[in-house]
Amino acid sequence: MTVDTVGRFERALEGLEVGFERVPAADASERIATIVEEPAVGAPLPFEGVTLPESVTTEPTSADLEAARTGVTPAGFAIAEYGTVAVESTADGAEAISLYSDRHVAVVAESDVVPDLSAGFDRLADGFAAGQDSVVFATGRSATADMGDLVHGVHGPGDVDVIVVEDR
Amino acid sequence: MAQRTHSQQADHIRHLLETEGDAVHAKASSFHAQRGEAYDAADDLEALRTEARSIKEDAIDRLPDLIDTVRDAVEANGGTVYVADDAADANAYVADVVDTQTEEHGITGDGDTPSVVKSKSMTTEEIDLNDALEAAGIEVTETDLGEWVLQVADDTPSHIVGPAMHLERAEIAELFNERFDPDEPLETAEELTQFARDYLADHIQEADVGITGANFVVADSGTITLVTNEGNARKCAVTPDTHVAIAGVEKLIPRLSDLEPFVDLIAKSATGQSIAQYVTMLSPPTDSPTLEFDRPDEPITAGDDGAANTEPADRDFHLVLLDNGRMDMREDDQLRETLYCIRCGACSNSCVNFQSVGGHGFGGETYSGGIATGWEAGVHGQDSAAEFNDLCTGCSRCVDACPVKIDIPWINTVVRDRINRNEDPAATDFLVDGLTPDMEDGGIDLGKRFFGNIGTVAKAASATAPVSNWLADADPIRGLLERTLGIDRRRDLPAFQRESLVDWFEKRGGKAASSRRAARADDADIDREVVLYPDVYTNYVDTERGKAAVRTLEALGIPVRVPDLPESGRAALSQGMVATADRQASRLYAALAEDLDAGRDVVVVEPSDLAAMHREYEQLLPERSFERLRDNSYEICEYVYGLLENGANPSALSTGDGAEPIAYHSHCQQRTLDLEAPTVAVLERCGYTPDTSSAECCGMAGSFGYKREYYELSVDVGERLAEQVAGAKTVVASGTSCGDQLEGLLERDVPHPIELLEPSSRL
Repeated sequence: MTVDTVGRFERALEGLEVGFERVPAADASERIATIVEEPAVGAPLPFEGVTLPESVTTEPTSADLEAARTGVTPAGFAIAEYGTVAVESTADGAEAISLYSDRHVAVVAESDVVPDLSAGFDRLADGFAAGQDSVVFATGRSATADMGDLVHGVHGPGDVDVIVVEDR
Repeated sequence: MAQRTHSQQADHIRHLLETEGDAVHAKASSFHAQRGEAYDAADDLEALRTEARSIKEDAIDRLPDLIDTVRDAVEANGGTVYVADDAADANAYVADVVDTQTEEHGITGDGDTPSVVKSKSMTTEEIDLNDALEAAGIEVTETDLGEWVLQVADDTPSHIVGPAMHLERAEIAELFNERFDPDEPLETAEELTQFARDYLADHIQEADVGITGANFVVADSGTITLVTNEGNARKCAVTPDTHVAIAGVEKLIPRLSDLEPFVDLIAKSATGQSIAQYVTMLSPPTDSPTLEFDRPDEPITAGDDGAANTEPADRDFHLVLLDNGRMDMREDDQLRETLYCIRCGACSNSCVNFQSVGGHGFGGETYSGGIATGWEAGVHGQDSAAEFNDLCTGCSRCVDACPVKIDIPWINTVVRDRINRNEDPAATDFLVDGLTPDMEDGGIDLGKRFFGNIGTVAKAASATAPVSNWLADADPIRGLLERTLGIDRRRDLPAFQRESLVDWFEKRGGKAASSRRAARADDADIDREVVLYPDVYTNYVDTERGKAAVRTLEALGIPVRVPDLPESGRAALSQGMVATADRQASRLYAALAEDLDAGRDVVVVEPSDLAAMHREYEQLLPERSFERLRDNSYEICEYVYGLLENGANPSALSTGDGAEPIAYHSHCQQRTLDLEAPTVAVLERCGYTPDTSSAECCGMAGSFGYKREYYELSVDVGERLAEQVAGAKTVVASGTSCGDQLEGLLERDVPHPIELLEPSSRL
């Protein structure tokens, strides 16, 4: 992992019109709090020293999920080349939380940003070997051109932000 | 389905050109352009395509083993695999899953009708799953916006990736406003999308079963991969507690690592995106909690008892692998390649005929575009392929687009051949029998036999020219030609020359005289000798470009021979007459063998004949013969480029003033051979500033544009090209067809580039 990789990730996200923030672990919770629009739901973040702000409901009910403006989830890793975050299908509901809200905020450790798709597949293979064998590569915002013009936010989120935790 | 007559087909195509052509062209041509950019931007594209193809070859080769492997993997994960023999088998299984699920768990949502939500799946279109489920009392809702529009409109997909591509926004708005009568009429794409999202969200939340397709299935981990942009497939898979994935058996690939090149390629080839929005890799049943929207106050992570769940989610997963003819395709040496298809639609988007009529014209019962001929012949039978197979003109532009390098034109040629052989012998076969020394059994369409034997026709017409030309142009004869051979009377017929190129060459002294002329040229120490191939058109119709080629080569110091050589088989191939083409390829190779042994270079003026030698002959000749001819044959301007690069002096040629602008349309098959660039380079070396067309094909495609049922389509395609080049003072084109089409539309001469270059002092 090099600074160049994060730079490449940032440029890819910029091309996808996805928000990008790079913050130290100590500031992450506060930064998330400023980004989320309430009501917000989330899956617990596994990064040491990073917790979800109080405004984010974990273990949401299906009513919470349906009403949520924002869903915050961790990403197992990210692929700089394409601006992709890997959201894992875990029992805490990360997949549904990242999908049902209007805005998805993905939080990823800087050490988990890999340069390209090949490196992403290496990480995917490691996860499969460890039993994490259901993963979504999410790149940018949900989109369709089926109604005659490109529209974002169809079944999935129309806004996406990625927060890179620089010291994790 | 009974095949349409020529005039029914003409009406059908005219209707599509008027109603759907504009919408399809706008989107398909834009996808095509974006795919080109994405391919150009990827530095390892060719390696990816090669790798993807080899994975598919291997996977199809050991498909029975992979089915066993995936069964073990899915069952180990806690799911079920069902291999369905055919559509009825698959549909009955899915209906049974829905029944069992609703009997055990009750019906989700209001009402007492079981319901399913679906994400886009051409495979379920193939088996008419929706009709079968509805007949079983199950409510079906499509959630891909395009598919849902079609469901509301009771319409069918016109493109394998963009199913509602043929509809304009205004048409969708009108449909929704009429059907749903919203408080405020819907108008913009945003409004329509928001309305659909809200409507479909309710259905997804209340569904008993979610049905998806699968783009790829990883056998050894039981992982299905869904590639989408909207996110509906994720919702269908994750929301209801039962998920059924339906995939053709050919979607199996061995290992997770095999998935990588496909994930990298599929969005690039489909829409020009570097990667799709969502590449979902699920090894179900997954750990994601099911979503019970009818119990809104319970945490989604809770178990059935309301307490926080520590057990895996209670999910049910069924993978239905569909055969429906695929295992037979696997045994068919000509159709097997079709199974490598990843359904990206790049062949449709690259195809000028598809761009003009869309999949409702260029498609069968389910599939559309060039590869559809293979799919329809394999899963629905040859009759379905026969409906549209003629629309593939063999232009071959899809060959560069296909991410797994399928020879789509060859599949179309082979299926056309099989269709020809199944047709009943017509009572009027005698009309063309005398003119058609082919290897075909009776029964093939008369027009096809006529065009497939054009060399013999041309020889006879040349021998009797100009009388044959006057006769052919007479009104009663045009009527007869239209009725019997399907030649549209609006099309100018080629004028045959009384003196063929071969005769002209002999009359001016043959190879001895050519050697003397070449020796008088500047000596660049290039010790080569050329056999100029007198293709049918260059020999009998457009002899001037042949003469220009001879004079140009001589002026550059190269002695030329123009022997009377057999046809290449191109004409026969275009009509699906493979046996005839096979015999012609053998004869031509035999006739050239001595020249090849003597180290002479074979130079070809007509790109389509060179393309036969460089592409189709691989199927027709022994490998060594094919490679020997391919490696020693050249397109005329490519050859001139080589001579100039090796020191030949261009001052012997006609040169422009250094910046004379000209419009140049390369030939479609020439582009696929990567031979547009040499012509451009030669023109630039000789003082011209060529502006190349971006149109992939002129639409004439040999005989295609002459046929009554395709004349209007051919002109529609040709006009796009004509508009691009009309402003230039000089327009040149490499192919006979391209020249004919442009001359007809622009009403002026469109010569071959070699005619611009030939020395001004004509000998």
